[in-house]
Amino acid sequence: MANIMIRKTASGGLSFYLPKRDLEDNIVSIEFDQADKWGGELKLANGGTYYVDPLDAPPKLPVSLRAKRVDAPE
Amino acid sequence: MSTLTREETESLIQEVLEVYPEKAKKDRAKHLAVNDQAVEQSKKCITSNRKSQPGVMTIRGCAYAGSRGVVWGPVKDMIHISHGPVGCGQYSRGGRRNYYVGATGVNTFAEINFTSDFQEKDIVFGGDKKLAKIITEIEQLFPLNKGISVQSECPIGLIGDDIEAVSKKAAKEINKVVVPVRCEGFRGVSQSLGHHIANDAIRDWVLSNRDGKEFESTPYDVTIIGDYNIGGDAWASRIFLEEMGLRVIAQWSGDGTLAEMENTPKAKLNLLHCYRSMNYISRHMEEKYGIPWMEYNFFGPTKIEESLRRIAAFFDDNIKEGAERVIAKYKPMMEAVIAKYKPRLQGKRVMLYVGGLRPRHVIGAYEDLGMEVVGTGYEFAHNDDYDRTIKEMGNATLLYDDVTGFELEEFVKRIKPDLVGSGIKEKYIFQKMGIPFRQMHSWDYSGPYHGYDGFAIFARDMDMTLNNPCWGKQVPPWKKSAAPEEVKAAA
Repeated sequence: MANIMIRKTASGGLSFYLPKRDLEDNIVSIEFDQADKWGGELKLANGGTYYVDPLDAPPKLPVSLRAKRVDAPE
Repeated sequence: MSTLTREETESLIQEVLEVYPEKAKKDRAKHLAVNDQAVEQSKKCITSNRKSQPGVMTIRGCAYAGSRGVVWGPVKDMIHISHGPVGCGQYSRGGRRNYYVGATGVNTFAEINFTSDFQEKDIVFGGDKKLAKIITEIEQLFPLNKGISVQSECPIGLIGDDIEAVSKKAAKEINKVVVPVRCEGFRGVSQSLGHHIANDAIRDWVLSNRDGKEFESTPYDVTIIGDYNIGGDAWASRIFLEEMGLRVIAQWSGDGTLAEMENTPKAKLNLLHCYRSMNYISRHMEEKYGIPWMEYNFFGPTKIEESLRRIAAFFDDNIKEGAERVIAKYKPMMEAVIAKYKPRLQGKRVMLYVGGLRPRHVIGAYEDLGMEVVGTGYEFAHNDDYDRTIKEMGNATLLYDDVTGFELEEFVKRIKPDLVGSGIKEKYIFQKMGIPFRQMHSWDYSGPYHGYDGFAIFARDMDMTLNNPCWGKQVPPWKKSAAPEEVKAAA
C-alpha cells in the first residue's frame, strides 16, 4: 500500500502520482467510473496497474488515496 | 570539435567508467545516459535519487541544507534556529544571496546565524532545555520576529530530543508560530528530502493558520512559489507579472514573510518555478484548497513568452491582453540584447551541472543567445525532473545524475565545451583548465537572471565570461611554442 494522488490533467484525463517512486503518469483506464462507484484497478500509460478501493462516489480531484500495486513494469 | 554522435557519446561514457572497480562501475553506469528524445520516461535511461557511492566526490548537500538553506532560510521575518552544533548554521547563512528588504537584526533575520551551539553536555543530557531557553532569549532580544523555526541538525535525531513538545510549549508562551523541522542531515540521500520535509513542516504548522480568516482578495491573486530571489530573481519576475495585471500575494520563499505563506491558500493560482523543491506543497494546496498550480520558466525571452501566455490562459481576457502587452513592450529590448550578444556567443557549447531546476530551465536562455547545451545533469533530481529534461535537451547530448568530480572533469576534457556552468567547488578546477566557467547556483555573485531584466544581465555575464581575454593567456609567454625556437636561435 502506498499513498498516491490522482489529479486531472490539463487535457482532461487523469494523472497518477506516486511520490515515493517519483512516478507521475497518465491513467489509461479506470475500472469503475460511475456515479455510485469509482476506483478499482487503474491502468497506467507505462503499463503498470494499481488498485484503489472503490469509492461510493467520484471524488473531488485531486485526491490522495491508498493504492495497492498489482503489477508494475519494473 | 563538432558535436558528438550517439555512438561517440556512449563510448565516452564507457571510457570514463573504465577506471572504476566493477561494482562502482555498474552503479555509476545507471546514472549516465545519452539523451534520446524518443524516450517518454526517464526511468528507462537514467537512475536518479539514489545514495551516492562512498569514495567518489559528490557535490550533494544534506537534508538540513535543503530545509534550512533552501526552503526556510529565505523567509525573512522568521528566526531559524540551527539546532545543534554551531558549524551547520554558520556555513549555511546567506550563502545563496537570497536578497530581501528589511533591517537585518531588527525585523528581518535571514542573514544572521542563530544556533544552539551544542556542546558535549547537551548531547549527554539532551538539548531541550537549551532550546526552550533560546526561544525565550530570542523573543527578548528580537521582539519583532514573526515566528521561529527549529531546524534540527544531525545530533537532534540521534539523541532523540523532543523538539515538537518544546516548540508547542514555546509557541503558547510567546504567542507566535514555532515550527519544529525534523531535517536532520542524515535523512535521505541528498538535500532533496530536506525540501520535502520543509514542505511538510509548512503544511503542518503554517499553511492552515489563517484558514477562515478574512482576506481581501481579487480574482487575479497569484503566488510565486519556488523562487528564492537569488540576486533579486523573484523581484525581476514579479515586476512584469504585476505589469500584466496580476497581483502577487506571496513569494516563496525569497524575500518572503510568514504572513505571505499563511495567505497563500487564498491565491487563485500558484506559479511554481522550482518544481523540485516546492511541488509537494503545491500538490497539497491543489488537493486541500483547490488551487491549481503550473510550472513556468522565466529564463530567456522565448520561454518567458511561452510561460506568460500559459499563465494568462488561466485568467480572463484582461490578463491575456496584459500578457500580450508585456510581451510586446519588452520585445524591442530583448531584440536589442540578442542583437548585441548573439554574434559574440553564437555556436558556443555549454555544459551544465547544477541542482533543482536550472539544468533544464536555462537551456532556453542559452538557445536564445544562439548557444547550445551539450551536457546537463542534476545533483539531486528525481525521475520526474529527468522526464522534463529529456524533451528540452537535444538528441545524443549527455545526461549525468549526481556526477562525480572525476566524471565531470573527464567529460569536460573530452567534450571540450566553451563554457561550463556549475557550482563553486567546480569553478576553480575548470578555470585552471582554461575553460570559461560560470557559477550557476547563485549566478556567480551577479544576477538576477530571471525575467526580462534578468536576461539582459544573463547575456552580458555569459559574454563577459566567454570572451574574456584572460582565456588566451593561460600559457605563460616562455612556454608558448614560439619560445623554444627563439632559445635555439640564441644558442
